[in-house]
Amino acid sequence: MELDPLILSRIQFAFVVSFHAIFPVFTIGLASYIAVLEGLSFKTRDPVWTKLSGFWTKVFAVVFGMGVVSGIVMSFQFGTNWSNFAQASANFLGPILSYEVVTAFFLEAAFLGVLLFGRDKVPAGVHLFAAVMVATGTFISSFWILSANSWMQTPAGVELRDGMFHVTSWSEAIFNPSFPYRFMHMALASFLTGGFVVAGVSAWYLLRGREVEANRKALSMCLWLLLFIAPAQLFVGDLHGLSTLEHQPTKVAAMEGNWETSRNVPLLLFAIPDQENQTNHLEIPIPNLASLILTHEWDGEVPGITEVPVEEQPPVAIVFWSFRVMVGIGVLMILFALTGLVLRRNGRYWQAPWFLQGLRFMSVAPFLAVLTGWFVTETGRAPWLVYGIMDQAEALTPSLTGAMALFTLIGYIVVYALVFTAGLYYLMRVLYVGLEDTYGEDEHEAERPMRPFSATHVPFEIDQAGHGDSAKQGGH
Amino acid sequence: MEMFDLALIWAFIIGFGIIMYVLMDGFDLGVGILFPFAPNEEARDTMMNSVAPVWDGNETWLVLGGAGLLAAFPLVYTIFLPALYIGVFLLLAGLIFRGVAFEFRFKARTSRYLWNWAFAGGSTVASFAQGAVVGAYIQGFETANGVYVGGALDWLTPFTVLTGLGMLAGYALLGSTWLIMKTEGHLQAWAYRITLPLLAAVLVIFGIISVWTPFVDDMVRERWFSNLSIIWVLPVLTLICAFQIYRAVRNRFEGMPFVATMGLFITTYLGLVVSRWPYVVPPDYTLWEAAAAPESHLFLLLGLLFVIPIVLTYTAWTYWVFRGKVRAGEGYH
Ligand code: HDD
Ligand code: HEM
Ligand code: HEM
Repeated sequence: MELDPLILSRIQFAFVVSFHAIFPVFTIGLASYIAVLEGLSFKTRDPVWTKLSGFWTKVFAVVFGMGVVSGIVMSFQFGTNWSNFAQASANFLGPILSYEVVTAFFLEAAFLGVLLFGRDKVPAGVHLFAAVMVATGTFISSFWILSANSWMQTPAGVELRDGMFHVTSWSEAIFNPSFPYRFMHMALASFLTGGFVVAGVSAWYLLRGREVEANRKALSMCLWLLLFIAPAQLFVGDLHGLSTLEHQPTKVAAMEGNWETSRNVPLLLFAIPDQENQTNHLEIPIPNLASLILTHEWDGEVPGITEVPVEEQPPVAIVFWSFRVMVGIGVLMILFALTGLVLRRNGRYWQAPWFLQGLRFMSVAPFLAVLTGWFVTETGRAPWLVYGIMDQAEALTPSLTGAMALFTLIGYIVVYALVFTAGLYYLMRVLYVGLEDTYGEDEHEAERPMRPFSATHVPFEIDQAGHGDSAKQGGH
Repeated sequence: MEMFDLALIWAFIIGFGIIMYVLMDGFDLGVGILFPFAPNEEARDTMMNSVAPVWDGNETWLVLGGAGLLAAFPLVYTIFLPALYIGVFLLLAGLIFRGVAFEFRFKARTSRYLWNWAFAGGSTVASFAQGAVVGAYIQGFETANGVYVGGALDWLTPFTVLTGLGMLAGYALLGSTWLIMKTEGHLQAWAYRITLPLLAAVLVIFGIISVWTPFVDDMVRERWFSNLSIIWVLPVLTLICAFQIYRAVRNRFEGMPFVATMGLFITTYLGLVVSRWPYVVPPDYTLWEAAAAPESHLFLLLGLLFVIPIVLTYTAWTYWVFRGKVRAGEGYH
């Protein structure tokens, strides 16, 4: 059997970028949260904030490390597997990615060192400044990378000459039509991720009765934040979809599972898209709702997938289902935020076990939503790489053989599996050790062994020493 | 913009970025290479702590190298990466393991030895791969119409293996002299002890490479041997730096060995540059043929002129924050 380098490269790209994508969304949200905690700690001098900040900084360090190493892989993927694309789009993507490095990555890296290791070496105000710089860096980074991605979705400000894109207007290319929506949508997604993870972890501690005061404060903060941004995400997502309808109608058709261009299109709660016969099975429709959402008219016309020939259609089932998962989670998030508000009225939000349990499970939801969101965006534009101009096959590295692509694909899977497992394990350990051990804590508190019953809830064996500052311990 | 040769300016900027990367990530990779040989676990803690706050920033110069090449000389980016496909994977895998080892090792207890190996192995593989890239560049690439047409392992030859080993020895030397500067007591004494043997290894391997290189390529031979030119200053300066390292170690100077090692790297690097100038994808393409569009060059240049000084300033500031000697278990989070 011939190994197809195109398929293998697509799988590889989807794998490495999905792996990378889950870390930044979390670190972007968490970095801002840490900056806020540092600010509160600086202003009020209340040790609770210092403790929270110290704890979440530890979590941040692990996740950020994985984000960095997987990100470095990304910046070489264009050249190794998609060199024709890299060559064609270098005049635009090159400067954009370089700007990302010099305005964001250096900033994050330098100030992260001070944030993690500098608490005793710089004044409190400077430490706070470092936290703010790290958070700022993550946003600058998403600005550039999302501009690059959006430009591939909705290319603008360039002309194609002798096989290379030449930039005719930098502002049009950078602020291309889908960019503002994508940037807002991602920013909110990051805050939702940070918010739901912190809320879930605090809820878990509250269920265990650990560090009640600090975790209650953390949970309360999160619930206020989520109350505003969860509904905002629905609003921004709607705008994002309308912009997609204008620029990539086939993608929207696939999201809606709508094969024929028509009026009075229903919203499908469930369906099994059948690409071969260009139709759906087992539809559960809500009449006219898709028309209403997309055109804001009861009988508005919605484009169909069959507007483009079969070879130019994206894999409809993936787009259709990923979209439902993302939006479903988005709605669930709104419900949780509202429930928090209702419970707050009688001050019960931190005592209702069912709510805390729910929040605990919600801490994985944002990652799922982010991944499925990217699946919608990226598979929905297939087979195009630069929408309407360059397709995936043209973009592939000419000298790449199936065997080479297979070698690195397996390599990345093995490496990431190891790193991810270890990362998750250490993260669990940091969470398990908890706030008790963090900065601003009395020594005897930190030395106290864990309550035995809590150990049974931890899904892996851990020794009972109970204090995590292993850097101070000697070797074995 | 006829006044300025933008491609030339960019060649200088990329050249600056590469040597910044080699010097800065070189010493922390070197610390990783030396890791298994350290006297004890406490020494390893100190070694790791000496680079933990700065390694990420150092590695960012590599990312800038990648993105900068794409922006300034796309042809280099799109020929080197496919040609070195397998090598690049090894480099990245090495960097992944050593990068996460920083965080994981601090948090591990019984599994700690695993992350010692990940750190050491990752650093070693990544350094070797970088040396092989340098060798592959000297060798040249098989291209047609601006794309790479050679095989997957063309880059792997006895010559590139030797340059890979040279890089290992060189980075290890940067690492040991860094440790002389940043540590004290037992660890420092150990670093003093290994520095001169490492220096000898570097001189031997660099020497063989210098003798071999002219045979790999005619153009390089022409450049060095057609007539006695000013560039012979460079190997002389390299030897002066080597002597400085020797003298400084004998006299137990703390900062000088590291500075002189950087000098040794810079002069060797310049020697490499003049060997191939102005070819960036030997043997076919010069820097002007590999350049991106002038409007892209200009767009990025204007920003960099403003941003790079700021980056250098706060980078220097972080080194200042973490100045002085490092001790085990000091100040993590
Ligand atoms: C919306 C956000 C976002 C998205 C879509 C991406 N990244 Fe990313 N990236 C970040 C947000 C981010 C970040 C939050 O800024 C990270 C996470 C950890 C870090 O160091 O910065 C990062 C790290 C990071 C690094 C390491 C930086 C360092 O050494 O400090 C590289 C090289 C990249 N990314 C490159 C990419 C590429 C080539 C992507 C596209 C395919 C990509 N990122 C998607
Ligand atoms: C970080 C989050 C991202 C995720 C999770 C993601 C996900 C994906 C997925 C799943 C594919 C495969 C599509 C298919 O094979 O049908 C893909 C393709 C691709 N994406 Fe993204 N993407 C992300 C960001 C980006 C960005 C920021 C860029 C560009 C700057 C980009 C460029 C590409 C390219 C070049 C491909 C080509 C490979 C292909 O189409 O199969 N992606 N991405
Ligand atoms: C609440 C309802 C939501 C709606 C209506 C919505 C809408 C959309 C649409 C239409 C797209 C595709 C745009 C395109 O490809 O051009 C998209 C992409 C995406 N969504 Fe959502 N979304 C919602 C919730 C969420 C949530 C809760 C998250 C994560 C926490 C999320 C994360 C993403 C991501 C990461 C992408 C891909 C990047 C992008 O194109 O912006 N979404 N969303």
